[in-house]
Amino acid sequence: MTKTLLEMKKITKRFPGVKALDNVNIQVKEGSIHALIGENGAGKSTLMKVLSGVYPYGTYEGDILYDEEVCTFKNINESEAKGIVIIHQELALIPELSIAENIFLGNEQASKGIVNWNETIKKTVGLLEKVGLKIDPLTKVKDIGVGQQQLVEISKALSKNVDLLILDEPTASLNETDSKNLLQLLREFQKQGMTSILISHKLKELLSIADEFTILRDGQTVAKLDPKKETVDQNVIIKNMVGRELTNLYPERHPQIGEINFEIKDWSAFHPLDGDRPLLTNINLNVHKGEIVGLAGLMGAGRTELAMSVFGRSYGRGITGKVIKDGKEINVSTVDKAIENGLAYVSEDRKEFGLILMDSVRKNLSIANLKSIAKRNVLNLHKEVKLAESLKEKMNVKTPSIEQITGNLSGGNQQKVVLGKWINTNPDVLILDEPTRGIDVGAKFEIYKLINDLAESGKSIIVISSELPELLGISDRIYTLNEGKITGELPAAEADQEKLMTLMTKSGGSN
Amino acid sequence: MDAVKKIVTNNLQKFGMIIALIGIIILFQILTGGSLLTPLNVTNIIMQNSYIIILAIGMMIIIITGEIDLSVGSVAAFVGAIAGVLIATMNMPVFLGVFLCLILGALIGAWQGFWVAYMKIPSFVVTLAGMLIFRGLTLVVMGGRTIAPFPNEFRGLSSAFLPEVFTGGELKLLTIIIGIAASLLYVTYEIRQRKIASFYSFKVPAFGLFVTKLVLLVLTLNAFTYVLAQYQGVPIVLIILIVLIISYTFVMNKTIIGRHIYAVGGNMKAAQLSGVRTKKMKFLAFVNMGFLAGLAGVVFTARLNAATPQAGQLFELDAIAAAVIGGASFTGGVGTIFGAVIGALVMGVLNNGMSLMGIGTDWQQAIKGLVLLGAVAFDVINKNKGNS
Repeated sequence: MTKTLLEMKKITKRFPGVKALDNVNIQVKEGSIHALIGENGAGKSTLMKVLSGVYPYGTYEGDILYDEEVCTFKNINESEAKGIVIIHQELALIPELSIAENIFLGNEQASKGIVNWNETIKKTVGLLEKVGLKIDPLTKVKDIGVGQQQLVEISKALSKNVDLLILDEPTASLNETDSKNLLQLLREFQKQGMTSILISHKLKELLSIADEFTILRDGQTVAKLDPKKETVDQNVIIKNMVGRELTNLYPERHPQIGEINFEIKDWSAFHPLDGDRPLLTNINLNVHKGEIVGLAGLMGAGRTELAMSVFGRSYGRGITGKVIKDGKEINVSTVDKAIENGLAYVSEDRKEFGLILMDSVRKNLSIANLKSIAKRNVLNLHKEVKLAESLKEKMNVKTPSIEQITGNLSGGNQQKVVLGKWINTNPDVLILDEPTRGIDVGAKFEIYKLINDLAESGKSIIVISSELPELLGISDRIYTLNEGKITGELPAAEADQEKLMTLMTKSGGSN
Repeated sequence: MDAVKKIVTNNLQKFGMIIALIGIIILFQILTGGSLLTPLNVTNIIMQNSYIIILAIGMMIIIITGEIDLSVGSVAAFVGAIAGVLIATMNMPVFLGVFLCLILGALIGAWQGFWVAYMKIPSFVVTLAGMLIFRGLTLVVMGGRTIAPFPNEFRGLSSAFLPEVFTGGELKLLTIIIGIAASLLYVTYEIRQRKIASFYSFKVPAFGLFVTKLVLLVLTLNAFTYVLAQYQGVPIVLIILIVLIISYTFVMNKTIIGRHIYAVGGNMKAAQLSGVRTKKMKFLAFVNMGFLAGLAGVVFTARLNAATPQAGQLFELDAIAAAVIGGASFTGGVGTIFGAVIGALVMGVLNNGMSLMGIGTDWQQAIKGLVLLGAVAFDVINKNKGNS
C-alpha cells in the first residue's frame, strides 16, 4: 500500500461575504498523478493557494498533513522548502531574461552575492536535458514558444528539488503536440517517484494520465474517483462537476445553410517585422449564410494571423487579396471600416485584446458600436444602460450589475461580454478565435449555443480552435491551415481528428 | 451601524480629495487667522491658479490616454513670447493675436502628437525634447529680454472683472444674482436627472441624501459668490475656467470621443480591435494639450503684463501633480476633469496659505512634495482597503 503524501483535512477558507472553500478534503498518494477538477470558481486555485502558503497558516481552518507532518506555511518559501512547487496558469517568466537566468531567479547560484554563471549554465543544461529541451540556455525567454516556456517553468521547479509538483492548466495554451510531450514528461517524472497534482479543464488529457481524481464544486469536495475501482469517464466527471448530467457536450444543431455570403480571395500577407517572410500565401475560403466554418491548424499555422489581417489589417504587412461580402468587394483596411462592413472578430486573448478589464460591463458592451447610442456624437447614457441590460440578459452574463468591473468576472462571463460586444455591432460575419479557451464546461455549452443561434439567424461564422473535438462538434465545414496555406477543406461530417491532423501537418498546400 | 460605516468608507474613497481640500482650507483659515477666505484673497487664489487649472485639465486627458507631457511649461512660455511679439511689439489687435497664439499652441501639440501617436516614440522622450526645444525657441524669440507692457484689453484676460450693472452699494449685486441663477440651473438639472433615472428605474440615492447634497452644494456656491461680491465680483478668467470645466467634462463623459479616450488608456489593443482609432485619439489629446498650454501661456503673460524668458518654469510639474492628486493613474484609463481641478486647487490653496503665513519658498517646496506623496499614498491605501 502506497502511503499518502499529502492530506488536506476539512479546509475552510472564508473571504468577506463568501466561503470559497467549505470543508474540503483531498488525499494525494505518493508517486501518483492526481487530477483536481472543477468548474471555474469551484475553489481549485484557492485550495492550491492554501497549500502553498499564499494564504498563510491561520487565515484558513483545517489541517495540512504533508509527509505525515502538520504544516503551518506562512509563505511560498516555506512550502517550497518542503518540496511543494506550483506552476501557475499564467507563466511567471521574465521575457527579457535568458532561460538560465529565469530558472535560477530568486535561487541564484552565488557565493557572497556574486553569481557564478558557469555553475548556473551547467546546472541549467542538466535541467533542460531532463525535460527534453534542446536549446541554448542563454536564449531569451521571449524568443521561445509557449510550449518551451512551459518546459522552462518545469525546469525551474525541478531546480528547487520538487517532490510535489502542482500544475495549474499547464496545457491551456499549448497545441496538441506540445501537450502530449508535456504529459509524457509527467509520466516519466512519475516513474522517478515524483508526485503531481494536475488542474485542467481538458478532461481527455486527465483521463489519459491521472491515477486519482478529486472533484470540487462550489467550494466543496463532491467526489473522489479511482479508475482502478470504478469506471471513470467524461460523463461521470462532468456530472459531478456541474451537478447535473450534460447529455451532450455540444448543443443540437439544425443548420440552414444559404448561399455564399463571405469570401476571402487570394489573401497573402508578410510578417510585420520581416517583410520578406511570408505569413499567409494565397488563402481562399468562403462561408455561406447560416454556416459555421471551422479553421484548424497547429500553432503558428497562421489562423489568428489570417483573422487579424482580414479584420482591419491588424496584423502583418504587405497584405494583398480581396474580401467579398454578398458578391461585392468590401473595404477592410481599418478596423472601423471592417466593423462598418459587417465584420466582427472575437480575439483569442480576451484579457489583452478583447476587454478593458478596468471598465464596467456596460462600457465594454457598448464600446464597439457607440454610434448606435449616440446622436451627433453625444452619448445617451440611458440608451446605453438599456442596451447593456438587454445584452446581459441575452448572453446570460452572470454579474450582480452592469456596473460591475469586467476584470472581476469569471472567464466564461468575460467571454460572454466580449461576444455581446460584437453582437451589438450587428455583424454579418463573425470570426471567433478560440471562443472557449480557459472556460468551464457549463459556460462552454452556453457559448456553443450562442454560436448556433447566431448561425441560425443567418450569420456567417468562422471558428478558430485548437481543440479538434470542439471544431468537429460545432462546425459544418472545416478548413485546415499549415504554414500559412490552406491545406484542406472537408465537411465536418466526413472529418475526424486523424484526418484533420494529417491535413494540418501536410505541407505544400492544395491551392 | 455597519451600513453607516460602509457609506462613510465608500464616500471617503469617492470624495477623498474634496474632503482633503476642505480640510486644508479649514486648516489654513485657522493658521492664518482668517485671512485665507477674505474676499481679496479668494479672488487672488482663483487668479493665481487659473493657468495651472487650465494645464491640469489638458494633462489629465493626456494621462488618461496613458501618456505624459513634460513640455507644457516651455510651450506656455513660447506662446507667451509670441504673444509679446504679436501684441506688444507689432501692435496686432488683441483678439487676432490671442487667436493666433491658440492656433500656435495647437500646432505645437500636433507636432508632439505626431511623434508620439504615429511614430510611436515614447511621450516622455518627445515631450522632454519639446521642453528643451520650446524653452530654447523662447530665448531665441525674446533675445533674453522681457517684452512689456501689453495693452489693457489683453491684461484684462487675467485681471478684469465682469462689469457691474447695478451701481452703488457695498456688494456686487450681479455676482450674487449669477450665484442664485447658477444654483437654480443646477437644482433643476439634478432634479431632471433624478426623474429620468427613476423613469428608467435605475438606482437613485435616498431622497434625504439627495436633498442634503443639493443644499450643501447650493450653500457653498452662494457663499462663494457672496465672498466674490464683497470684492470686485466675478473675474473674467473664472468664466473662462468654468466654460472649460463644463465643456471638457461634457466631452469626456457624454461623447464618443471621450469614451474612446478612456478606452485607449484602459486597454489600447482592445480599443483598437473595437474600432477605436487609437492613434488619432492620442494625437488629438496632444493637440488639445498644446491648445490649452497656449491658453495658459496667454493667461499667464496677461497676468504678469510681460512676456519673460523664464515664464512657465515647473508648470509641467504643477500640472502633473494636480492631475495625480486629482485621481489620475499613470497606467491610464482613469481620472476626471473635476478631479484635476480639485488637485490644482489643493496645490493652489497650499501655496497661497503658506505664503500668507510667511513660510519661505524653500519650505513651501518641501511641504508640497510631501503633500503630493501623502495624497497619492492616502488614495492608494484606501483603494487597497476597499479591495481586500
